[in-house]
Formats: sequence, C-alpha cells, structure tokens
Amino acid sequence: METFLQQVINGLSLGAIYALIALGYTMVYGVLRLINFAHGDVYMLGAFAGFYLANALGLDANPSVLWAIVVTMGSMAICAGIGVLIERLAYRPVRHHPRLTALITAIGVSLLLEYGGQVVFGATPRFFPQMVRSETYAAGGVQITNQNLLIIVVALVVMLALEFIVHRTRIGKAMRATSYNLSVAKLMGINTDFVIAFTFALGSALAAAGGVMVALAIPRIDPLMGLMTGLKAFVAAVLGGIGNIPGAMVGGLVIGLMETWLSATAYSTYRDAVAFGVLILILLIRPSGLFGTAATEKV
Amino acid sequence: MGLVRKLAIVAATVGGLFAFNQAFEFGVGDFQINPYYARIINLVGINITLAVSLNLINGLAGQFSIGHAGFMAVGGYAATYLTVFHGEALARLVGGTVMSGAGSVVVMVLSLTVGALSAAVAGLAVGIPSLRLKGDYLAIVTLGFSEIIRVVILNIPAVGGATGFTAALPITNFFWIFGVALLTITIVRNITNSTFGRALGAVRCDEIAAEAMGVNTTRHKVQAFVISAGLAGMAGGLSGQLFANPLSPQNLNFVKSIEVIVMIVVGGIGSITGAVLGATTLTILPEALRTVDQQFPGLRMVLYALLLILFMIFRPQGLLGRKELTDLFRR
Repeated sequence: METFLQQVINGLSLGAIYALIALGYTMVYGVLRLINFAHGDVYMLGAFAGFYLANALGLDANPSVLWAIVVTMGSMAICAGIGVLIERLAYRPVRHHPRLTALITAIGVSLLLEYGGQVVFGATPRFFPQMVRSETYAAGGVQITNQNLLIIVVALVVMLALEFIVHRTRIGKAMRATSYNLSVAKLMGINTDFVIAFTFALGSALAAAGGVMVALAIPRIDPLMGLMTGLKAFVAAVLGGIGNIPGAMVGGLVIGLMETWLSATAYSTYRDAVAFGVLILILLIRPSGLFGTAATEKV
Repeated sequence: MGLVRKLAIVAATVGGLFAFNQAFEFGVGDFQINPYYARIINLVGINITLAVSLNLINGLAGQFSIGHAGFMAVGGYAATYLTVFHGEALARLVGGTVMSGAGSVVVMVLSLTVGALSAAVAGLAVGIPSLRLKGDYLAIVTLGFSEIIRVVILNIPAVGGATGFTAALPITNFFWIFGVALLTITIVRNITNSTFGRALGAVRCDEIAAEAMGVNTTRHKVQAFVISAGLAGMAGGLSGQLFANPLSPQNLNFVKSIEVIVMIVVGGIGSITGAVLGATTLTILPEALRTVDQQFPGLRMVLYALLLILFMIFRPQGLLGRKELTDLFRR
C-alpha cells in the first residue's frame, strides 16, 4: 500500500510536468489546428533561461524560495517572448498554406532550436543550480521531496489560472471564439492575430514553468531534453482529446502515472513505449481522445 | 509493351547495374572512386527507396505517416537477422559463401524478401487502426508504433539491443541498392497509373466523395500502407547490411522518419521524380555542408533546419510540385 502511494506521488509529479507541456500543445492546436512540434524545445529553452538567470543571480550559493519564484517568472517571460517570435516569423507566413506545410515548418523550428541550442549552450549536459534546498517530508511511510511537492502545487495553480483565463476573461472568450471558427471570429471583430500570439505566449510560458520545475527536481539539462518529453506531452494532449484543456491535464497525469508504475516493474526498459501503447489503445476505442468531441465531416 | 521488350529492358537494366557495380568496386582503369563518395552515393540510393515508398502513403494516398523509420527498422532487423544467423547455411545450399558469388546473391535476395514481408506485416498492423483514424490522429499513431518498435528492438539482446546490430555482414553493394531503388520507382509509378492508384488519388482529394463513388477507402489505405512498408523494409535490409553502417535503435527514431518526410516535401509531395530529387539533395546537402562544420562546429544542422523553414515559407509545394520527369515527354 505504501509503495503504491509512493508510486502515485511520484507519478503525479511527473504527470504534472507532462500536463503543463501538454496544455501548450492543446491550446495551439485548438486555435490553429497545428501540431506545434517546437513546443518541447521551448520547454528546453525555459530550463536554460532559468539556468542562466539563476547563475546570474548567484542562487547556487544562497538558495531562496523567493528568488526561485523570480527566476521561474523570468524564464516564463523570456519563453513567452520566444513563443510569440516563433509564431510571427515561422508560423504566420505559412498559416494559409496546406496543413502539412505548417507541420513541416514546425518540425523545422524544432530542429532549429535543438541544433541551435547545441551550438549556443553546448551539447554536454549542464547542472542546474539548486535554487531551493532539497528537503524530504515523510508521512505514513510515504516520502515526498519539497521539489516534487512544488511541481504538483505549481502545476495545479497554473492550471487553475489557465481555466480562469480561458473561461472568465475577455481574451479567453476571444480564444474560444477563434478556436471555434477562425474566420468567423475575425468577422466578429476579434483581432485573431493577437489572440494567436497570446495563445503562443501563454503556452510557451507554461512550458517554461515546466522546464524550470523539472530542472529543480532533476538538475541535468541539455539541448535535447525537450525531444522525448515533448513527444510524450503531445501524446498526453492527444490522449485527452487534442484542443481540450482539462483533457490535456488528465492525459498528462495518466501518462505520468503509467510511466512511474512501469518503471517500478521488471519492464522498466519499456518505459518510453508505454505512453504510445496507452495512446494507441485509447484511440482505438475512442478515436478522438478521452474528452474530445467527434467531429462530423461534411462533404 | 510486348513481353520480349519488357524482358529486354529488365536484362539491360540488370546488366547496366552490374557494370556500374564493377566500376564502383574495382574502378575503371586507374580511376578508383573515393570511398567517401561511394558511401554517399549508396546512401542516396537507399534514401531514394525510402522517399519514393513513403510518397505512396503521404503523397499519393494523402495519409500522413510519421513512422517510416519503424518499418525500416522491422525490415532491416529481420533481413540482417536472417543473414547473420542463417546466411551461412543458405549459402551452403548453392555451394557458396555469404560474402561472394552465388551464395551472396541467394542470401541477399532471401534477406530482402524476408525484410520486405516482415515490414509489410508491420504495415498491416499499423494500417488497420487507420480504418478509424484520420489526419493528425493517424499521424500520431504511426509515430507511436514506430517508437514502440524501436523500444522493443532495444530490448532484444540477440540483435544487439542498444548498441545496434553490429554483427551484420556487409553484403550490400551498389547493384542491390540501386536495383531496389529502380524496383521501388517502377512499382510506385505503375501503382500511380493503375486503377488502384487513381482510387488512392480520389481518397486523397476527398475521402467521403471517393467512398460515395464506390471506392473501398479503408481497404485501399491499408493496401497502400502494406506496400509502402514492405518497400521501406527492403531499404532497411540494404541499409543494415551496408559496410560499417549497422542498424541501431538510436538512428531509427522519429528523427529518421522526419528526415524522409522532409525529402519528399522538399522534392514536391506526390511526385516520384520529386522524391528522388529530394532524397538526393538532402543526402548530399548535409555532407556538402561539412566544410562549414569544420569552421563553425554544429552550424551545419542549424543551416539545414533554417533551410527547411525558409523552403516551407517561400516554396511550400517543393522543388517540383506534382510534376514528373516523364511529363516532359508526354505527347
């Protein structure tokens, strides 16, 4: 029972990260019907932005929670800017081209960020400074580090904030309208270019938060760290029904829990396959994901 | 075209390939081809097979598959496994060795056949979910399958696991590589011009309309998957048994699938000539950029990525669009 609970806690903190990244995929897909392959690399950039900020502030020598929050915010702001820049320079010019073109552009941006990262940051892994002193709490035989707790709490707060933005604010309403039908939203006087840029900024900021959180728990960061994590987060988004925000959260948690559970068994080497296995099974039963609505096709 | 004429063309092709192969291995007079260039030319041939076969699914049938590396892996590992563990016995049947003469021909043909068949079975397994899935969902399922295949291979010690299939025997040569490439081009071209190909084109343009016109869309899509996977499996079998080029799970991940997609997109999706052109360009280009790499390490792949983005923005239909070389000779 205790080991089971321990697995659940570890799975939740891993799943929270996937969910944070999956939200970015699902929001962009919601408004543009584009799989933003570069999103996993924005998460990587978030970790690196945090790395440079924390080093500039000298946080390695004197860790403090307050400054850690500043670093996270800073990294989120930087990545929001990068997200907007990517959209403006690469995706907007191909927005009216066939969807395959946009997809390949996204793949190109992803490659550019990965290889560019290797040139700028170096290919060898860096060690993220410990911004928050590691502590372990134990309750009823279950252990949780403060970093894991932080990940879960931050993810929860961010998701609630996102729900608020999407459902209770003007810009959120505009986002939903754009997602429903881009050209009609435009006709209704919504500045869709701004809405799309805002979506990218929001998604990229979430990915950056995920990047910094992961780097706190597992302090090895390298330019290719976003490849596999991004892919699995994308799978999480599809699992929940792509374009659906609560779906992305559930999908992330499901994949995190499954992966942690499998890591503890004799089949831990199959860890990287489990996300895809679950995905295929679910899509076979529900072709548009857990919470997705089946779109009827018109001729 | 009469049977005699067809046979003559086949004989001439085989003869031509054989002559090229001899020139390739032993040189012409004093001229000996640089082994580095020879290697690039061989890789071009393998990539042509991959690109043209993927073009059948992505270009002709209009389905978006990002799991081509998975089929290549299945075929490659099956073919190499046969050569490594049963090649000796098979070669002895015709009284030769694996590495030379009649023995090598028998082993190569059998291993490519086994590679193609096993990849085709994998294609069937991936094709069946496509009965229900469309667009992005299909794309992500193909990606998922290829990742699962990769992780499974990683866990089979008999084929080298994570280190790659280093026990492979280098029996691939110019003759087989370009023989398979020509075979692939011929098969895909004939399919394009057949009833089956027209039906696939209809599925690409409008699936519902095609169905209304009596095209069995799911069956055609699955067939396209199976054929394309089988051809990719042959490419895998060639690639795995090329000199000092062992298959390894790290090189057969989704980045490899993306590379093949980029080839057909740059060449012009839906065009066989385009796929050949794209495969050739994108195999040579990263090598040509190596000189840049010596001055600025790592910049080569950055340029490659940048080129891809610029291409998509300024010429999204690819170099050729849907045009074919044969359009020039059309009366």
